[in-house]
Amino acid sequence: MKLTSNFFEIFAIPVAWQVDSSQLQSKYLKLQQEFHPDRYASSGDTEKRLAVQTASLINQAYDTLKSPLKRAQYLLELKQIDASQDSHITSDGAFLMEQIELREALSDVRDSADPFAALDSLRNGVESSYIEQQNQFQAQYQESDFDHAFNTVAKMQFSTKLLDEIEQLEAELEDL
Amino acid sequence: MALLQISEPGQSPQPHQRRHAVGIDLGTTNSLVATVRSGMAEVLADEQGRDLLPSVVHYVAEGVSCVGYEAAEHNVADPLNTLASVKRLMGRGVADIKTFGSQLPYEFADDKGGMPKIKTAAGLVSPIQVSTEILRKLAGRAEIAFDSELDGAVITVPAYFDEAQRQATKDAATLAGIKVLRLLNEPTAAAIAYGLDEAQKDGGAKETKGQDRTVAIYDLGGGTFDISILRLSKGVFEVLATGGDSALGGDDFDHAIADWLRQQIGMDDDLNPIEQRILLETAKSAKEELTDSAEVALEVLDWQGILTRELMHSLIDGLIAKTMRACKKSLRDAGVAQDQIDDVILVGGSTRTPRVGEKVAELFGTQPLCSLDPDQVVAMGAALQAEVLVGNKSGDDMLLLDVIPLSLGIETMGGLIEKIIHRNTTIPVAKAQEFTTFKDGQTAMAIHVLQGERELASDCRSLARFELRGIPPMVAGAAKIRVSYQVDADGLLSVTARELTSNVESRIEVKPSYGLGEEEITNMLQDSFSHARDDMQARALREQQVEADRMIEDLLAAIYKDGEALLDAEERQCLKVAIQELRELRESTTEHRLLARQIESVAKASEEFAARRMDASIKTALAGQTLDEIEKG
Repeated sequence: MKLTSNFFEIFAIPVAWQVDSSQLQSKYLKLQQEFHPDRYASSGDTEKRLAVQTASLINQAYDTLKSPLKRAQYLLELKQIDASQDSHITSDGAFLMEQIELREALSDVRDSADPFAALDSLRNGVESSYIEQQNQFQAQYQESDFDHAFNTVAKMQFSTKLLDEIEQLEAELEDL
Repeated sequence: MALLQISEPGQSPQPHQRRHAVGIDLGTTNSLVATVRSGMAEVLADEQGRDLLPSVVHYVAEGVSCVGYEAAEHNVADPLNTLASVKRLMGRGVADIKTFGSQLPYEFADDKGGMPKIKTAAGLVSPIQVSTEILRKLAGRAEIAFDSELDGAVITVPAYFDEAQRQATKDAATLAGIKVLRLLNEPTAAAIAYGLDEAQKDGGAKETKGQDRTVAIYDLGGGTFDISILRLSKGVFEVLATGGDSALGGDDFDHAIADWLRQQIGMDDDLNPIEQRILLETAKSAKEELTDSAEVALEVLDWQGILTRELMHSLIDGLIAKTMRACKKSLRDAGVAQDQIDDVILVGGSTRTPRVGEKVAELFGTQPLCSLDPDQVVAMGAALQAEVLVGNKSGDDMLLLDVIPLSLGIETMGGLIEKIIHRNTTIPVAKAQEFTTFKDGQTAMAIHVLQGERELASDCRSLARFELRGIPPMVAGAAKIRVSYQVDADGLLSVTARELTSNVESRIEVKPSYGLGEEEITNMLQDSFSHARDDMQARALREQQVEADRMIEDLLAAIYKDGEALLDAEERQCLKVAIQELRELRESTTEHRLLARQIESVAKASEEFAARRMDASIKTALAGQTLDEIEKG
């Protein structure tokens, strides 16, 4: 199927790091209003199948563009750089040391006097460096410095993974 | 729908004919059917004026003896042939039944297909067949009310229902001869019933007018708990997250109270079935009385005592707390804070216990909505949605975006699962991932489709297995096999695997191993129709003729509107010839298969055109431009 080629075009927004999330959401809903398979519940099979494919594509595009990490990976992909691998590593030694320390801090949370407070301060730290990384990516991407941008995406992956784990640990602690 | 519903020039659209659609809540304990009359959803009652239909079917040697209230009366005298609560068995495998089947009194037979069947006087019966009987009874109720055939139904399923359970539900409807317009999640149906989409659009004086609303639906039934977080935005219902506990419900309240009674009486926990029943019934009525009074005097098995509301709270608070934890988890999944919830809806008979409402209000910081009957609200919402989908009401202002409740993945080396679509992803969705061969010269690959959150394939639900054959021999790791998962709006999955260098393809519509095979369904359908074979033929031909007419009409309209802009002269000519051939065959043939094949080939021929139109209208939808402008620009 030959649908509009890139995710930004689907929402008629410029290919850029900056995305207005409320504008993106309202365009997304407008598109789903039109193309969701429910709109084709009494149509023929061909149209139904097409609607499923179209709505899937719109969902995937929205999912990609609303997440900072996936958006960054996708921007690089459009420049023919595959940054979507789970396991690509950064060569920034200081950053790796910092990651190791953060992980140690995470595994110590359970034993701390106030685990929720410990978790919160850990999360605040990771979140602010995640935002810093996003700003770095934006600058590097704008200057077409894709090598460094690629490296920054690796760091963003570390951050999101860590944030996921913090979330998971919080869930486990709350369930106790 | 702007895209494909355009009538021929000079030909007015057909006069609007009202279609008959219903919403069906196929419940564990009770089922209901509702429809929309003069814009209002109402539950259809039976001749005796009863709204509910107990989800119970009684079997005798000759087959089904009765369904509903009558069937439930056989519960005590003939428990093995009185099938209830089969919703718990829908889409389950033999292994699942072993874990919780002991709660049910039935004898199970191990079918070779892996689908558990229940031994009855009428022979082996599958849970799907039992559901079919219940659905048929409800459809019959509707047909009497309409004095006409049913055009379609929306059937509700719990949001946590996995692929296999949804497929089993749809199979049951197919067997009952019901056209399923949509499988709808129960919580979403409840939100529709409360008209929250309307409230969000014209919120009147409230400051929330026109803004997004976030809604929690707390559904506590007899044996199941379900929590969903929805967002409403400009008439779009978006399910953000779902969760719950499929083995927790109001029945557990009764058990907790009954257990307290047993201790008070001084009996050990080795009760005979009659004592057990007496204690449970006493517990249940005590629970209901404490809805209005502060205490209740009890007399049971030579014991007298008092149960206060406070004491009951201490017995059930632990159970309610379990539901609260599930709520918090779903809030986290949805990325929503407790105080961001604008509305809470109570669904399910067990939310009549006031303590539940209190605790829910406490958690979310808002008084829950409960003005509609918590037993009826789901069927009512389904009826409203059916009205839109069948085409009686313009759906321009309402849309449901659902998510899949459990991740879908594939088994990889070492019995691990690689997730391809993660849980809580909005559907429909398509995702693909590439895999490679493990051995030199490997020419086939076993694809094992799984659903679940666990790391090991053996801990997840097995949905289907199939093989991709004909991979050209290469060194290990050289072949590229692209596996694509496509989930439609009902949450049903199809999987394709393709070797990229040779383009060898294999495809499967996921039919869970314990669901029914296509052939089995066809056989059962034929069994269940009392029509002679000729009737079946005539019916099939009529269906294909309708399909052919619709296709011809749609295509002509499309060519009239966009043919100039999107097709070249040769393509236009090709399509017109194909349409003409289809029209001639439709007039001349009595062979439905022949017509079906021709329809399929016209569909193929017009696929590219349809894709171009879809493509163009995406641009128009956003830019508000006309097609001509895009073509010129």
